[in-house]
Amino acid sequence: MYDTNLVIGGKEFSSRLIVGTGKYSSNEAMREAHEASGAQVVTVAIRRVSLPGNGESILDFIDTTRYTLLPNTAGCYTADEAIRTAYLAREAGLGDMVKLEVIGDARTLFPDVQGLLEATKTLARDGFVVMPYTNDDPVMAKRLEEAGAAVVMPLGAPIGSGLGIRNPYNIKLVLQSVSVPVIVDAGVGTASDAAIAMELGCDGVLMNTAIAAARNPVEMARAMKLAVEAGRLAYKAGRMSKKLYATASSPLEGVPDWTS
Amino acid sequence: MKITVNGQAMELDAGTTVEGLLARLGVPRQYTAVAVNREVTPKSEYAAVKLGEGDRVEIVRPFGGGAR
Repeated sequence: MYDTNLVIGGKEFSSRLIVGTGKYSSNEAMREAHEASGAQVVTVAIRRVSLPGNGESILDFIDTTRYTLLPNTAGCYTADEAIRTAYLAREAGLGDMVKLEVIGDARTLFPDVQGLLEATKTLARDGFVVMPYTNDDPVMAKRLEEAGAAVVMPLGAPIGSGLGIRNPYNIKLVLQSVSVPVIVDAGVGTASDAAIAMELGCDGVLMNTAIAAARNPVEMARAMKLAVEAGRLAYKAGRMSKKLYATASSPLEGVPDWTS
Repeated sequence: MKITVNGQAMELDAGTTVEGLLARLGVPRQYTAVAVNREVTPKSEYAAVKLGEGDRVEIVRPFGGGAR
């Protein structure tokens, strides 16, 4: 099957699934799940080292020759915090890509779109490949694109909720409002959710908890890989139109006469 | 002199550089970043930047998490 690659800031990826590194029972479990997911991009948080600075690092379990690291600004509540975190990530040698989160509310973890827009502008100007986590608002998606975002990443449902794609119509509107890739970030709970996002025409799906919190993360990672591929293929194949009444698949002529 | 590193108070000799602090703490250089008083310190300046009384230092690395 021929498909184009997902292009983010000039880098090409054949996998359209991006996975996280949090909430796994062990680093070994994470490594196995990453393998099963087929993902080429994994996102990492930036946190204070524990002092004194010994102990194992998550990077002992991520082959950086194989996976592209995507630092994120999770936990940042202002544009300033997010911008400084992105600079730290770049200085740490994690590259120019940043999954930009500016959180507006601790209970819903919905984005603060005003801060997000401001941080997107600043970081894009400073050469970052900005991947903002935003709400499913086509107007904001457009503003982010205008501000220099390399992709836009609308939520399907609240972070970590596993509620699926709550407003597929808005995701469709987001897809129509921007020309940069659209990656659903947050809300996916199971494989069908990922397939729905891809069937809508999204360019990719980003998830963490759906895999890490599954009873068997490795099996779920594989399920997600297949779902993203299936959804993508179904989108490209072009689904049939929906009809209210039945349409017979077999010919109506030549039916035997059983009347007595 | 007293400085704060990742929220912990620490007593250091006057004139200690960022380089010296990392060595003392045993923090590996790869994938590590440092900010002094909210400003990121480029790796190339670790040996040159001397810490001062009351400085607030953040030393960070990648950790699991973030995406959902």
